[in-house]
Amino acid sequence: MTLTLETTDLKVRLRLADDWFTVCDLSALLPGRGVAALLPDGRQAAVFADRTGRLYAIDNRDPFTGAAVLSRGLTGTHQGRPFVASPLLKQRFDLESGQCLDDETVRVTAYEVKAA
Amino acid sequence: MTATPGASPTIVLVGHGMVGQRFLEALAERGLTATHRVVVLCEEPRPAYDRVQLTSYFSGRTPEDLSLTDLAFIEEHGIELRVGDPAESVDREARTVTARSGLVVDYDVLVLATGSYPFVPPVPNKDAEGCFVYRTIEDLLAIEEYARTSTTGAVVGGGLLGLEAAGALKGLGLTSHIVEFAPRLMPVQVDEGGGAALLRTIEEMGLSVHTGVGTQEILTDASGAVTGMRLSDGSELATDLVVFSAGVRPRDQLARACGLTVGERGGITVDEQCRTVTDPHVFAIGECALAADGRVYGLVAPGYEQAETAAATIAADEASFTGADLSTKLKLLGVDVASFGDAHGTAEDCLDVVYSDSRSGLYKKLVIGRDGTLLGGILVGDAEAYGTLKAFTGSVPPVSPESLVLPAGAGAPVQLGPSALPDDAIICSCNNVRKGTIREAVTEHRCTTVPEVKKCTKAGTTCGSCVKVLGQLINAELEASGVEVDKGLCACFSQTREELYEIVLALRVTSFRDLLDRHGREAARGGDGCEVCKPTVGSIIASLAPTIGASTHVLDGEQAALQDTNDHFLANLQKNGSYSVVPRIPGGEIAPEKLIVIGEIARDFGLYTKITGGQRIDMFGARVEQLPVIWARLVDAGFESGHAYGKSLRTVKSCVGQTWCRYGVQDSVRMAIDLELRYRGLRSPHKLKSAVSGCQRECAEAQSKDFGVIATAGGWNLYVGGNGGATPRHADLLGQDLSDAELIRLIDRFLMFYIRTADRLERTSVWLDRIPGGLDHVRDVVVHDSLGICDELEALMAAHVSHYRDEWAETLDDPEKLARFVSFVNAPDTPDPVVAFVPERDQMKPDLPLLNIGLRPADEILEGSATR
Ligand code: SRM
Ligand SMILES: Cc1cc2nc3c(=O)[nH]c(=O)nc-3n(C[C@H](O)[C@H](O)[C@H](O)COP(=O)(O)OP(=O)(O)OC[C@H]3O[C@@H](n4cnc5c(N)ncnc54)[C@H](O)[C@@H]3O)c2cc1C
Ligand code: SF4
Ligand code: FES
Repeated sequence: MTLTLETTDLKVRLRLADDWFTVCDLSALLPGRGVAALLPDGRQAAVFADRTGRLYAIDNRDPFTGAAVLSRGLTGTHQGRPFVASPLLKQRFDLESGQCLDDETVRVTAYEVKAA
Repeated sequence: MTATPGASPTIVLVGHGMVGQRFLEALAERGLTATHRVVVLCEEPRPAYDRVQLTSYFSGRTPEDLSLTDLAFIEEHGIELRVGDPAESVDREARTVTARSGLVVDYDVLVLATGSYPFVPPVPNKDAEGCFVYRTIEDLLAIEEYARTSTTGAVVGGGLLGLEAAGALKGLGLTSHIVEFAPRLMPVQVDEGGGAALLRTIEEMGLSVHTGVGTQEILTDASGAVTGMRLSDGSELATDLVVFSAGVRPRDQLARACGLTVGERGGITVDEQCRTVTDPHVFAIGECALAADGRVYGLVAPGYEQAETAAATIAADEASFTGADLSTKLKLLGVDVASFGDAHGTAEDCLDVVYSDSRSGLYKKLVIGRDGTLLGGILVGDAEAYGTLKAFTGSVPPVSPESLVLPAGAGAPVQLGPSALPDDAIICSCNNVRKGTIREAVTEHRCTTVPEVKKCTKAGTTCGSCVKVLGQLINAELEASGVEVDKGLCACFSQTREELYEIVLALRVTSFRDLLDRHGREAARGGDGCEVCKPTVGSIIASLAPTIGASTHVLDGEQAALQDTNDHFLANLQKNGSYSVVPRIPGGEIAPEKLIVIGEIARDFGLYTKITGGQRIDMFGARVEQLPVIWARLVDAGFESGHAYGKSLRTVKSCVGQTWCRYGVQDSVRMAIDLELRYRGLRSPHKLKSAVSGCQRECAEAQSKDFGVIATAGGWNLYVGGNGGATPRHADLLGQDLSDAELIRLIDRFLMFYIRTADRLERTSVWLDRIPGGLDHVRDVVVHDSLGICDELEALMAAHVSHYRDEWAETLDDPEKLARFVSFVNAPDTPDPVVAFVPERDQMKPDLPLLNIGLRPADEILEGSATR
């Protein structure tokens, strides 16, 4: 999954059931910052790239407030694992698993994502 | 005690003040509330509150904040608290108390804790309209109300309380006078040298002091309202309001009337167990008692000790009260005065060590015994060392006395850490807590923070003067027990914000990654940082951008990824994911044309509008993809970003000032606009707020701002470190009668010094109280240039000012930046379906139920988001 970000004609794709759904050009992703994508069934995904070019995608809805804003949070690394902090009340979510790091009973969907 | 067999014995407490409340707590702690009926007769219309902090009412603490009484506690212990029902008489034969309501209670034990009343000298017209005392919340409410229509106030009495009252009057916007009969202020606590230094400081604060004169008569107008007073030297002082603060007298009338022995100068005579010498069934504690050592104590700490003693005696435990320490520290903001132990050197053969610098209002005296024991002292102008010195009283300090009083910089100053104190040194004298107890709270009760230790030991919960030492002790103890007190910014950096600032400035680091990879903690290098260090470093780089050669736009390159969501979208995120838009309205001044533009934009985009507390207009409910279109129109009409989102300058509020107001002495609106335009866009550790008032009436509330300016006849006074918000703080005076240029230069230096040394999210108020040396140190640096950095500070600010560009105008010109303002990367024009609104009053508000439901089928909501 590690890719060089200079490759501009690559597309970011999310795995939905059996299909890979194309979200945007890889170049639309700024390392350390997310974008929101609208999925065919009306759900929203938050898609991120870290500084090494690794991609992540989780549900965009902040389960604590209901607002669709996780793509607008700040990302970071916590004990070697990537996370995003909700911009509203700052709870952190593991970008690989969707697990909330501040409340073990909460988890959001994590999507498989690739650039191809 | 003498319980009638069968019925549970009754304890009646008369007076629910500070000491009465402590007595109830002591009863509960000893289990006496379970075995006794406890009845409390409380005269005031509210249960016990913190009288010591009374004056903080004027800095925003509400009567509720001041309350010492937890109603759950009263209920849980079955205490019958009768608020507003004072005791009127006691029949000691029958052992009954009669309350005003007519209630008659039998008692087995009667405890009098009736406190004191303020002494009002018998001068003619002392009861005129406009004459007050300063003792209860009701007194303060009355003073506040009367001050609304007054311009001048005078306090009779220059003691501890008098100064506090005078400071409060000044805080209410009155020109304030203090009239003191003795030849110096605070005659009880300080000696002549201290008095001189104190006088200087008080006068510098803008209070007029008249010492060596008595009040002879209160002058009134035809309606009987105060107009002034005649002094003993024949002069007259015009004033609208008079506060008597000429000492207190024990409230012992009830005791006298029932035949209890009282002292010659008042006070109910008690023995070492606080039992009245007349009647073994009656106790007296607090300010109404004449203790066994022949003194009536006017401080809360001895009262608390008496409360404990009485409760212990009732529980048949051994305890005695034989006397107490009279250490005091003035709580008046901006004045450092403290005295402790044998301050006047009354012990035989003692020696003084004095440091005095009347130029800067400093006076420090230590009283030392022949054998080197520290006996007491007086500190004026700098009471930094009060906590430590007080705790050392009674022992031989480990360093020479001179080194304890010399100011920092003059010879080697000794930082005498509290770790050098013996375990039985009293750290909190209000609550009689020893160092050993505080150490145990950390080692045995696992407290790690000041609030935890306060709760566990009660230390620091009364006058607060020991809190600083408390913090030092806790850290020392944690460090000693191997807990590393990590002062690093976050898990990524072991440096503090201040250290990172120095690194960025010195090495001209313009990239977060570089900083992390070279200076971060080993484990964090190569990573992505975190939500704490990214915005902090982003802010440091932005503050220094022109000087270190970084891009000056916060959304350029890597910097964009560092910004918190609000800065990233140059707007404020609201609870449903929409944004608010706040254009800058410098000084709150706005022409009708611009008001119309705002109205039109809000109408066209269906935005909710509100006048903010910062004198401008907030438009709520913009969707992210609407922000550029809205801003295009605003920029077109000449508006620019108001930085409501950034940790940066918010607003500089103004009052109309000289131009229109009959009282104004300078053009406050122009100055507010100048300041707002000068410092707009300045990224800082926390938000910065300011205000400019046209005269001392302070309609712009400048003294609650990070930097506030008040016009004087001779120029401008600059106040710094004010704060509204959660923990309000009155600003401190930094400079007086400054010209425009002097004012701006001083603010430049102050702000840049703050940006350099503050912690992340630390407002100037907290910073001023935290940084070693406090306001005095900051004044040394920015006024006297003690570190030789003022030129650099000014240059940094000049670079900021000359490189300022409107963030929104630049964003609109840059397609790459604009591309980020979309709802969905793959459907840029489809609005986020969760952002919807419902009508309210004449406008709209977020559709909150929609957030709870989401738009997906129920089973998918669970899977898709919360499993909570
Ligand atoms: C809009 C406004 C309330 C209003 O409807 O009037 C407001 C709204 C917010 N305030 Fe405020 N404050 C507003 C004036 C104030 C004032 C009054 C003033 O500035 O004179 C104060 C007290 C003064 C002070 O700060 O000392 C104030 C003290 C706070 C605090 C507490 C700060 C503190 O030091 O304790 C916060 C929380 C914080 O910053 O951590 C806060 C935080 C906020 C935030 C940013 C909370 C947030 O993160 O969502 C609110 C969002 C604003 C938005 O979305 O646009 N707001 N806030 C006012 C905007 C003023 C402006 O024009 O920029
Ligand atoms: C502005 C101010 C600042 C102060 N600052 C400090 C300080 O920094 N440090 C310090 O140590 N001390 C300070 N003090 C003094 C401190 O507040 C008192 O020492 C303390 O409150 C004494 O407690 P007490 O319970 O004895 O009296 P009080 O707190 O006065 O309580 C007595 C209560 O008894 C009530 N009462 C009286 N008669 C009756 C009756 N017949 N029936 C029922 N109720 C009755 C009164 O209404 C009152 O509520 C300050 C005092 C003031 C006013
Ligand atoms: S503060 Fe301003 S508006 Fe208020 S009285 Fe003074 S000049 Fe007038
Ligand atoms: S000394 Fe007053 S609270 Fe500790």
